[in-house]
Amino acid sequence: MAEGLTMVEALNLALAEEMRRDEKVLVMGEDVGVDGGIFRITKGLIDEFGEERVMDTPLAESGIIGTAIGMAFMGLRPVPEIQFSGFSYFAFHQIEGHAARMRWRSRGKYTVPMVVRMPYGGGVRALEHHSESREAYYAHTPGLRTVIPSGPRNACGLLKAAIRDPDPVIFLEPKAIYRAFREEVPEGQEPHALDQASVVREGSDLTVVAYGAMLHRALEAVQRLEDEDGATCDVIDLLTIAPLDYQTVEASVRKTGRAVVVTEAPLSYGPAAEIAARIGEGAFLKLEAPINRVTGWDIHMPFFSREQSYLPSVDRIVMAARETLSF
Amino acid sequence: MPKAALKALEPIQVYSILEPDGSVDSELEPDLPDDKLQAMYRAMLLARRFDERLLNLQRQGRLGTFAPVTGQEAAQIGSIAAVDQDDWMAPSFRETAAAVWRGTPLDGLFIFIAGYNEGQAIPEDQNDLPICVPVGSQLPHAVGMAYALKVKRSDRLVITYFGDGATSEGDFHEALNFAGVFETPTIFMCQNNQWAISVPREKQTRAQSLAQKAAAYGFPGVKVDGNDVLAVYRATSEAVQRAREESLPTLIECETYRMGVHTTADDPTVYRDEEEVEEWRERDPLDRFRKYLKSRDLLSDDHHETLEEEVKNEIEEAWQSAQDQIEGFDDPTVIFDHMFQDPTKPIADQREAFEQAAKKEKTNG
Repeated sequence: MAEGLTMVEALNLALAEEMRRDEKVLVMGEDVGVDGGIFRITKGLIDEFGEERVMDTPLAESGIIGTAIGMAFMGLRPVPEIQFSGFSYFAFHQIEGHAARMRWRSRGKYTVPMVVRMPYGGGVRALEHHSESREAYYAHTPGLRTVIPSGPRNACGLLKAAIRDPDPVIFLEPKAIYRAFREEVPEGQEPHALDQASVVREGSDLTVVAYGAMLHRALEAVQRLEDEDGATCDVIDLLTIAPLDYQTVEASVRKTGRAVVVTEAPLSYGPAAEIAARIGEGAFLKLEAPINRVTGWDIHMPFFSREQSYLPSVDRIVMAARETLSF
Repeated sequence: MPKAALKALEPIQVYSILEPDGSVDSELEPDLPDDKLQAMYRAMLLARRFDERLLNLQRQGRLGTFAPVTGQEAAQIGSIAAVDQDDWMAPSFRETAAAVWRGTPLDGLFIFIAGYNEGQAIPEDQNDLPICVPVGSQLPHAVGMAYALKVKRSDRLVITYFGDGATSEGDFHEALNFAGVFETPTIFMCQNNQWAISVPREKQTRAQSLAQKAAAYGFPGVKVDGNDVLAVYRATSEAVQRAREESLPTLIECETYRMGVHTTADDPTVYRDEEEVEEWRERDPLDRFRKYLKSRDLLSDDHHETLEEEVKNEIEEAWQSAQDQIEGFDDPTVIFDHMFQDPTKPIADQREAFEQAAKKEKTNG
């Protein structure tokens, strides 16, 4: 057997350890019990924790999230799963209207320590509604944290931190890399702070900002730039996109003077726009080239045979980086 | 010929105890202590007079939009008086009478309607959610709260309030379905006040009653004369018993009437006849309850006058207190409060920027 855990296994480990640590933690959603979730993130939990804490629910996203919010008011720590992020809009009013607002509305009397887990993003040749990257909806909503891991180890640490967080967290899992690679994930892995980006590679010529599945394309592109052009890059993995750790991003760009932002989300009004604006505000005098955004197009995710035409490719990232480096 | 028939719908129980003339069905009359009956009447009167004062202040431009409760006092007090103070309540936005019964301070309500978040603060020991504006969206919360109580092996229950319009919302159906599947101790208290702004009850559903919708989710639904405080109390008490003893939900449809506007931004003369309003005035919940109390020697004319005076003073004192508190709201940065347990970096930065800008404006002003 291969060494280490996949992201699926790491998330499963995080859930199991948190449920053992705190009996108030429970998981709920469609097929999360006996079936272990359609991606097997909740596999085996029902055997250890029983159906009171591992709830197979009726097929109704607003019911799932609305009920979880009520549980959270009473001190439970629900971790509802939405089967695909494309179905979360059925529950959007519960997330925007109540999860994000109840602490504020009730002046701190009622809080929503809930983690909404959902697989998001393209790359798995799925049906319509199963491949979008609409994290901006959540990141744009005051009162929510929006977290996107990029590998098994940080997925485990981030999910633990999200479960322990006293406020609602939208936890978007990049399903393209659910089983793409393994990493050593120790038992009892420490939580990873929800407001800290990670500098995963250091260089001096360019800053590349990415997260989720796109981090790995960014890293591949950066390796090519080093091999073929001799250029070295800082690569920043955001991990939490809201609140954005703009200090880490700005510090890097003040050093390199150039930035490329890579996201799967569509271009206009997307996360890349916010990141670019922050760089403009925080590193303007150090900028030596316009900030370049490599993102999904402003179109619907094409059906799966053409989904790679939508997603930022390593080539597109390399081309954008060369443009920025030679400006 | 069909091979078999499912008996899908049990007959819907309809509760009516107290007639408009104050006469009572003594077999069904709930056995309530005198002081509780008097307290219920006082709360109904307070809610009505508070409504009138709010409307008056709103028309003077001193308060914002609110949703009057007049006409629905029996539906609210009859039900909330049948649950314990330790039980939980998830209101919509028209539950002033129920809120008053639970102990929500009137000055807080004034402050809320004057447009300040501070007015939404519920006292720590009061198990009520704040007002919920999006129609029907509090129903799933009531189910989740009841599930949590069940997990904690508590014998408490959750009562949630909504109107006829809410029964068309998806959340109504999802909440009732979850409550049935997970057998949660939830009371769904529907105040069918006949109008969802301008849309009459018969345009919300072709169904004969709203109560019967519970049948589809596998638990009882009952219908009550919602202007009959004794019938509402009795129906709710039975739902309370079902929740505590069997951990099962109940849907109660209280047939009542919104005597006034939907909110102060609305003009009902555009869409409904004054004759209809007059018909319902004959069935006024306060008049009916007063006649009953008089017939039992629990409320004399003198006592009633004293009550009116007391209630008026209570309201005026609260309004004065609300104005005094509002005058003290001199820190504009409180708009950044309570976004997260600990402010995030962006929130902290923006609060600081707002504070600086406010200072500059003052200096330049």
